[in-house]
Amino acid sequence: MMIDDKPLLRVEGLTMRYGSFAACNDINFDLYPGEVLGIVGESGSGKTSLLKCLAGDLEPDEGQIIYTQANGIEKPMADLTEAERRLLARTEWAFVRQHPRDGLRMGVSAGANIGERLMATGARHYGNIRTTATDWLGKVEIDDDRIDDLPQTFSGGMQQRLQIARNLVTGPRLVLMDEPTGGLDVSVQARLLDLVRSLVRQLNLSVILVTHDLAVARLLSTRLMVMQRGQVVEQGLTDQILEDPQAPYSQLLVSSVLQV
Amino acid sequence: MSITGTGGTFATGYDSGTGYNFAYLNEQTKRMIRRALMKAVAIPGYQVPFASREMPMPYGWGTGGVQVTASILKTNDVLKVIDQGADDTTNAVSIRQFFEKTAQVATTEKTTDATVIQTRHRIPEQELDENQILVYQVPIPEPLRFLEPRETETRKMHALEEYGLMHVKLYEDISRHGHIATTYAYPVLVEGRYVMDPSPTPKFDNPKMDDMGALQLFGAGREMRIYAVPPWTKVTSLDFDDHPFEIQKWDQACALCGAENAYLDEVILDDQGGRMFCCSDTDYCRARQENAQQEAAE
Repeated sequence: MMIDDKPLLRVEGLTMRYGSFAACNDINFDLYPGEVLGIVGESGSGKTSLLKCLAGDLEPDEGQIIYTQANGIEKPMADLTEAERRLLARTEWAFVRQHPRDGLRMGVSAGANIGERLMATGARHYGNIRTTATDWLGKVEIDDDRIDDLPQTFSGGMQQRLQIARNLVTGPRLVLMDEPTGGLDVSVQARLLDLVRSLVRQLNLSVILVTHDLAVARLLSTRLMVMQRGQVVEQGLTDQILEDPQAPYSQLLVSSVLQV
Repeated sequence: MSITGTGGTFATGYDSGTGYNFAYLNEQTKRMIRRALMKAVAIPGYQVPFASREMPMPYGWGTGGVQVTASILKTNDVLKVIDQGADDTTNAVSIRQFFEKTAQVATTEKTTDATVIQTRHRIPEQELDENQILVYQVPIPEPLRFLEPRETETRKMHALEEYGLMHVKLYEDISRHGHIATTYAYPVLVEGRYVMDPSPTPKFDNPKMDDMGALQLFGAGREMRIYAVPPWTKVTSLDFDDHPFEIQKWDQACALCGAENAYLDEVILDDQGGRMFCCSDTDYCRARQENAQQEAAE
């Protein structure tokens, strides 16, 4: 894996408050190209708020998020115009949501779901769009003949895979994933994780993965950040943290996993 | 009292003869609508919000078009009203009578004689010129509405020219039907900037909007939007490179006048399966029949 020396994303002193309550308190980290950063912690620890700040859905109260664009321009997110932000959101960024219904356009076919980002970036050749869509259905292990079916007719696991295809079709540089395996049964989870892992390696994606499931974090992420009550209590290499947790909360978290 | 403009007079004030202010609306309302119209003409294809009034007709019957017509009518205007191409259908007759009564303007069924034409669902087959204004009745002005229900979002999409979604709709058409199956309210790009809903006219009429001599005004009463296409403006129908825009074709000519390039209606004649195809534009059909009779007599 190639790691460039320039970080793709720099988060500096990010604080996000709901009223007087700090959902994220003074978060700092860098994300390098090709890296998968896992953010773990229990419900209410500020994981999703952090991800929403990164996606631009929420505005942080303090601190800044600096993103390095494909053309080399380094700019704080707060300084991007809305037009720039939305352009990046459909070209260089991707957001895989916990519930596929939030991330998919449920009223149009699977093919159109995958083609939407292509058409949004100027593709105007039906044949080419369809070929790309078929290609991506194959990559996420959905049968070609489901291309004209509505996502409503898909199972939960298929919907989630379709959402991944729809997001990755334009070759984004930064992928945000919010509990991508939440609500799926374990065998479907395992296949999805396998798929995501191979896509991450093939496409050399940089991913920020939010999950409460340590197994998911272990399988996918290279680096791990443990959050509790809006604070980062520990961060480091995934194996290191899971094998030898230092912070009391990380120890609790690791020891809470059921051993089968 | 009256205001004299170029080529006509905007009558103002209460007329004790009709019992109405000229063309029904009060002067402040007409002024407000004219301001919206000016902005609409200045930004072709852009939907301008306006304070739509209650009209003495139900929503969906052309309240937007009627307000636009009322605001632009001058005393010497000749008004034509068409509904689905015909001058003699309920909607057309009632709106024509409405303006005969409230504005006492001359009315006509002849496209060539009219200076203002209010229409629902059709553009006349006869080419329009700079001295004419075409007013459309629009039910849903937002072309992105059925794909994106949030108004805040569609406005943003227009502002940032994010029109990829419009092609998603056309993609769906081709994937389901093998061709672009949208036959009316077919989305157009105005002067390379705004995507616009041409109101529920058949896509057959889309090419007529391009580079038209007449001013085209669109009024949506319930949705409170006005938009416009100035004369000689580029109007392009959206399509794919490998599925270009096409208009409907019929394999027969009009049964009444023999027109081959007109939009045809299918008319059921009896309960034995009898049917005929004839022009939907009644004035165009009548004029052609009269011409043919004249030529035959000579």
